[in-house]
Amino acid sequence: MLRAHSHTAAELLTILSARQLSDGQVVFAGVGIPLLAATLAQRLRCPGLTILFEGGVIGAFIEPGKLPPSTNDQRCTKRANMVLGSAEVLLLLQRGYVDVGFMGGAQVDQYGNLNSSFIGDPMKPKTRLPGSGGGNDIASLAQMIVAMKHEKRRFVERVDFITSPGYLQGGDSRRASGLLAGGMFRVVTDLAVFGFEPTRGRMQVISLNPGVTREQLQDNTGFRLEFSAHPGVTEPPTDQELKMLRELDPEQLYTA
Amino acid sequence: MTAAKSSATRTVPTYLELREELSRRDRSLRDKVVSLEEAASFVHDGDSVGIGGSTMSRTPMGMIWALIRAGRKGLTCSRSIVSSDGDLLFASGVCDHIVTSWFSQGILWGVSKVMRHHVESGKAKFDEWSHMAMGMRFRAGAMGVPFLPIRSMLGSDVRKQRPEPVEIDCPFTGEKLLLVPALNPDVALIHVQRCDAYGNAQIDGLQFMDVDLAIAANKVILTTERIVSNDQIRRAPDQTKIPFFAVDAVVELPFGCAPHECYGINEPMIRHMEHYVGLVNKEPVEGMAQYLDQYVYGPKSWNEFLALIGMDELLEATRAGNSIYDA
Repeated sequence: MLRAHSHTAAELLTILSARQLSDGQVVFAGVGIPLLAATLAQRLRCPGLTILFEGGVIGAFIEPGKLPPSTNDQRCTKRANMVLGSAEVLLLLQRGYVDVGFMGGAQVDQYGNLNSSFIGDPMKPKTRLPGSGGGNDIASLAQMIVAMKHEKRRFVERVDFITSPGYLQGGDSRRASGLLAGGMFRVVTDLAVFGFEPTRGRMQVISLNPGVTREQLQDNTGFRLEFSAHPGVTEPPTDQELKMLRELDPEQLYTA
Repeated sequence: MTAAKSSATRTVPTYLELREELSRRDRSLRDKVVSLEEAASFVHDGDSVGIGGSTMSRTPMGMIWALIRAGRKGLTCSRSIVSSDGDLLFASGVCDHIVTSWFSQGILWGVSKVMRHHVESGKAKFDEWSHMAMGMRFRAGAMGVPFLPIRSMLGSDVRKQRPEPVEIDCPFTGEKLLLVPALNPDVALIHVQRCDAYGNAQIDGLQFMDVDLAIAANKVILTTERIVSNDQIRRAPDQTKIPFFAVDAVVELPFGCAPHECYGINEPMIRHMEHYVGLVNKEPVEGMAQYLDQYVYGPKSWNEFLALIGMDELLEATRAGNSIYDA
């Protein structure tokens, strides 16, 4: 019997975000926890989940213990349905064939905007981060699930730089900027699961993870939290979920 | 024409300039096989260079290695996603400007300290575009049109930070669209699994943006795992992704992506990558100088570089690379 605390924060994050996917969906997954969580969902509950990677893969079926170091490696293609160019797979996203985009983030704000480009003033950055990759495209064009570690410095009132758009400044601003489809759906962290209030596009707590209080969550968040009408408590990881996850990532490449 | 427009046109060549550039090339059916060192002379100081592959996959590392050894200067390099190739280009002084959607060594190793050192100090530029924008820039270049419209980047700071793209209201629907300018590099560096002496090139597995890049560029240098006969190419013409008339030089270079991956040939040489990342992310300047001395300037040939990576790692990566074809 595995105990509730016998898992890492990254394992919790992977399992909780995997639960956000449904069978039959087409999901565009980024490398790391999104790739692993989509694979976990595919193995446990969603055999008909179709996973896309920006390297140019449709219908990925990642082998346990052979996680790829990026979504552009040959391991991503083994037993997939189709291999195509990177631009082609991104254009499928633009055409509208993708139900869910799934990625990580370095920094997020109350409107679900993600920053993976700069910490500090972008003109004179304290830290230059790797940048968008396909993140901006996915967030611009699909319903989004974001999985990330919950830290005060990562959950900020306003991101230093909008790499991947959420609801921008809230209200109608996303649509007004020309982004007509998609938008933030869920943010999953090791402390809570968030949705977005539809008219203002503001992040709201849907459920607290086991053992996490409202005060703890607020203390670790850089903006004032809003709670949905009846926030629940997240179901803890099951033994089955943890067992499968550890088969997929035995070396803890993504879940250390 | 306004001043703003004439400066914008410098981003994108006119159609006649593009055609003129192409008409000057010798596109005849001829043997284009040259040595790695000779191929380096096809790239000139200040050129804009498009790099094939993506992240750690099918990176033309051998060609980049040769450009560093040849002491090229002032290159602007564009690629879909940049990994340790970008570190080497910046730190060697070959390139001071990278245009891409993502630049670090790989997600396994956090943020590249070499990229950070060069970009944060202002020594070099990293222009960020979305991944699809990079693809549509190469595609527009390959299509012979000055731009393509996209529906991403709108509303983001990635868009605000770039002066080149233009937002328009679609003349048909009235919707906002972003026009991204064509990218026609002076020269493209692409590694393939096999090609013939003329440059008919076959790519196995992931193609990334290489076909568009090859057609867009004004010159193409291929490195290849193997040079095969034209007869062999003709046995499977559906596998040919780049036509000979777009190619200017062919170099046979086994394991030409090392320590990165080449689909079906070798997976990334992770131990060497970890040794490299350990060295340069600890000391982005001295660590990198040490790496360049030992692995780029030190060896007499590409084969000698491979020997430095070591037979054990080469065979292990090859076994893993070949395993993609296992049932």
